[in-house]
Amino acid sequence: MIETDQLTRRYGSLTAVDGLTIRAEPGQVLGLLGPNGAGKTTAMRLIAGFLAPTSGTARVCGHDVVREPLAARRALGYLPEGAPSYGEMTVREFLVFIGRMRGLAPEVGRQRFDQVVSRLQLEDVLEQCIDTLSKGLRRRVGLAQAILHDPPVLMLDEPTDGLDPNQKHAVRQLIDAMARERTILISTHLLEEVHALCNRVVIIARGRLLADATPAELEARSRYHGAVSFSAPGSGLSQEMLGRLPQVTAIEVDPLDGRVTVFPRPGERILEPVENLLRQQGLEVSEIQLERGRLDEVFRQITLGDGAEGRA
Amino acid sequence: MSPTLAIMRRELRSYFVTSLAWVFLVIFLVLAGLLTFYAGDFYERGLADLQPFFAVHPWLYLILVPAVSMRMWPEEARDGTQELLLTLPVTLRQAMLGKFLAAWLFLGLALALTFPLWITVNYLGSPDNGVILAGYLGSWLMAGAFVSIGACLSTLTRSQVVAFILTALVCVLLILAGQPQVLDFFQGTLPRRLVNGVAHLSMLRHFEAISRGVLDLRDLIYFLLTILAWLAGGVLILELKRTR
Repeated sequence: MIETDQLTRRYGSLTAVDGLTIRAEPGQVLGLLGPNGAGKTTAMRLIAGFLAPTSGTARVCGHDVVREPLAARRALGYLPEGAPSYGEMTVREFLVFIGRMRGLAPEVGRQRFDQVVSRLQLEDVLEQCIDTLSKGLRRRVGLAQAILHDPPVLMLDEPTDGLDPNQKHAVRQLIDAMARERTILISTHLLEEVHALCNRVVIIARGRLLADATPAELEARSRYHGAVSFSAPGSGLSQEMLGRLPQVTAIEVDPLDGRVTVFPRPGERILEPVENLLRQQGLEVSEIQLERGRLDEVFRQITLGDGAEGRA
Repeated sequence: MSPTLAIMRRELRSYFVTSLAWVFLVIFLVLAGLLTFYAGDFYERGLADLQPFFAVHPWLYLILVPAVSMRMWPEEARDGTQELLLTLPVTLRQAMLGKFLAAWLFLGLALALTFPLWITVNYLGSPDNGVILAGYLGSWLMAGAFVSIGACLSTLTRSQVVAFILTALVCVLLILAGQPQVLDFFQGTLPRRLVNGVAHLSMLRHFEAISRGVLDLRDLIYFLLTILAWLAGGVLILELKRTR
């Protein structure tokens, strides 16, 4: 469990994290989402105890990170931004070092080492210097380091940053597999990641919490939520007809591919009426889709807005 | 294994993996040998002891110890590993101590590798080996004091060059503090007590006392306190950086 209460961190006159109150529970993958420079990394460094808060508190599994730093850190597996590791060490040396630092007994350490190595498929590079590894492998070594002691709480700062799509997929699968009994906090600025991984999202910008919701709730805030889009070559006529439907507020046509998007009035369902109308008109529709809402649009709306807009 | 020992082992290993250790050992041994024979008049003195050898140590350490200690914290800061290290369940004190012990042990190893000189002097004559042992102890303690200064000052900067220069500067001041020229300079301007105080700070004076074979508890305490104070200072700086 991770809890922060009015967590604040200032650098001189700059407030990097401003009264952040969040809560992540076991079984949850909480996504910390925000534009670059929003304070995601600073927030994580505060929770990990690398930085001390200016005010407010953070607790990991009930341990205050300032008053019981060692207990809090024992419960936490942390992948810092960029997955730093000692480049001159081999993967094996590095993981053995982390095991010793974590105070794992030799037998337990060996067992965990084997598990983690096979889980992250590091068998082939165990004797290689970390400096010589590709970015993706280095990231995996960083993840191995974070989960070596089987922590109840995992905090990963941009775990898939700079990875290719296959590697991203592998890392996401791993996180997904670990999520069941653990509390996981990941920071990201990739919206696809939120869909793929998170069951709750916290959006911050300029250090402040702007939204705390499930991905579906966020999507529901999009004006695309419940909209119907379709491609129908030569649908000029239908636009007028669609506009007459009582449930419809607006119609947009993509100037590039001619795709039509029909927006509902709040609370209305329009898939059926639109379909019926198209059928009546005898229009050839190659494909029709009910939109869930667009996270990128909601993200822009929340982070670029005045910021005072409602906390969910 | 305690985190302190784990850090110490990791640091020691990294000295040897990144050729630092080998370069250092070669330069240290060559310079110690050369200076002892050429600058120290090892033969001409006609005495079977290692005084000329120990006399060059402060000056050797002045250049070589900052070269070992300068990477201690700046490298971690540059590579981001400081964030990794300090979010593991380890206190700042343990981390500092682990790094210090690694450097100090390494210098102890360098010192131990000068044993051929000890064999030589025993072959040539019959020196007082107790005095020689005391000399080694004094030299190692002085090396420890220099390392602790480097450990502390390297927390101040992300630049290894700056860490090197700061450390060398403080060390040279501490060496020179007891020299007659320096004391004479202060004699006219400062009260006698203060001048005596400055003289007591001198690393050289305590080192020379020990290496003459006089194991005075006060000299030992001087070095241990110096080491502890600088390490504590380094921990304090790291602590401040965390909250700053």
